[in-house]
Amino acid sequence: MLEQYLNLFLKAVFVENMALAFFLGMCTFLAVSKKVDTSIGLGVAVVVVQTITIPVNNLLYTFVLKEGALSWAGLPDTDLSFLGLITYIGVIAAMVQILEMTLDRYVPALYNALGIFLPLITVNCAILGGSLFMVEREYSFGESVVFGLGSGFGWAIAIVALAGIREKLKYSDVPEGLRGLGITFIIVGLMALAFMSFSGIQL
Amino acid sequence: MASAARTALFGPLFDNNPIALQVLGICSALAVTTKMDTVIVMSLAVVFVTAFSNASVALIRNHIPSNIRIIVQMTIIASLVILVDQFLKAYAYDISKQLSVFVGLIITNCIVMGRAEAYAMKNSVGLSFLDGVGNGLGYSLILIVVGVFRELFGSGSLFGVQLFALNTEGGWYNANGLMLLPPSAFFIIGLFIWVLRSFKKDQIEEGV
Repeated sequence: MLEQYLNLFLKAVFVENMALAFFLGMCTFLAVSKKVDTSIGLGVAVVVVQTITIPVNNLLYTFVLKEGALSWAGLPDTDLSFLGLITYIGVIAAMVQILEMTLDRYVPALYNALGIFLPLITVNCAILGGSLFMVEREYSFGESVVFGLGSGFGWAIAIVALAGIREKLKYSDVPEGLRGLGITFIIVGLMALAFMSFSGIQL
Repeated sequence: MASAARTALFGPLFDNNPIALQVLGICSALAVTTKMDTVIVMSLAVVFVTAFSNASVALIRNHIPSNIRIIVQMTIIASLVILVDQFLKAYAYDISKQLSVFVGLIITNCIVMGRAEAYAMKNSVGLSFLDGVGNGLGYSLILIVVGVFRELFGSGSLFGVQLFALNTEGGWYNANGLMLLPPSAFFIIGLFIWVLRSFKKDQIEEGV
């Protein structure tokens, strides 16, 4: 049981890394990875939001949206799964908002550190992608918690590593047309290659 | 008027390409580019969603209270994506299986949201529609370029039609397996940007 969860976690962090294997959350991944400090802030925010929204969406899917899920309410024939997309994005937006208000009230230091990144997360594809993968792979509630934590963590590792590389890059002589965006893509490609060597890892 | 329409439609293809210049919307773009079939379906889906979300947002732009505009835009976009998703499931089930979660991810595609916010909130319905089509096509252009490279060199075929005879079947072409793996998409886009910027010097960024 524990082994299975650990396996899922490792797989979500390394083998099926949200950013490097599925290209999710690329917009923010490329835009906010110029400094290590800010990318750590964003990484933490993604881990937190991912760990909350995926299990919540899992509960919603199992008890409201799935075909036959409403049988507890006396509606065994209802299939609301077509409402999935709009529900998940709503949950994500609401969760981010609630998290923002809670942090503002109780942990102002963290709120100030994460500040601008929280609202950005609503439109981060990695978050919605996580929920959609959870539904597609039919994870149980326990698995979805582990998957949420793992996928968020993997994304955070990737962005912090990229920011570290880009900080060092200012000493290098990059060809003119490749500066900025171009070289960043190449670096991300090389990182993705490196992460691929994790594939096949099983406990 | 005519020139405004032309800028709205063709500007995003080269001068102001959403992927190559604004780094928008790559999220859902790259994972589907290993085969041309999925590329074309994905491109059509994005053109449809950007065009109609832009038009709908522009239509009601004077009635949206500005503090809830994001959620209104999000709802419009999500509804359009659900429409596309259900349509694909009904009429092109195999393709929709291959695209898996990436159709749903059009919702969080920054291009759609970005155009609704930056263009459709300020312009007329017709222009916004054209702008949506233009940005969708700009996105498709990059997708198609990446897709052609990946399928041609990765499997020696285009649209599933074998063009290079593979040496596993007695032909001459040794398929490049890297092209089917995620990293190749990053390399191709990186090099594409390099080529584009070598021709358009004004788009070169300062520093690194």
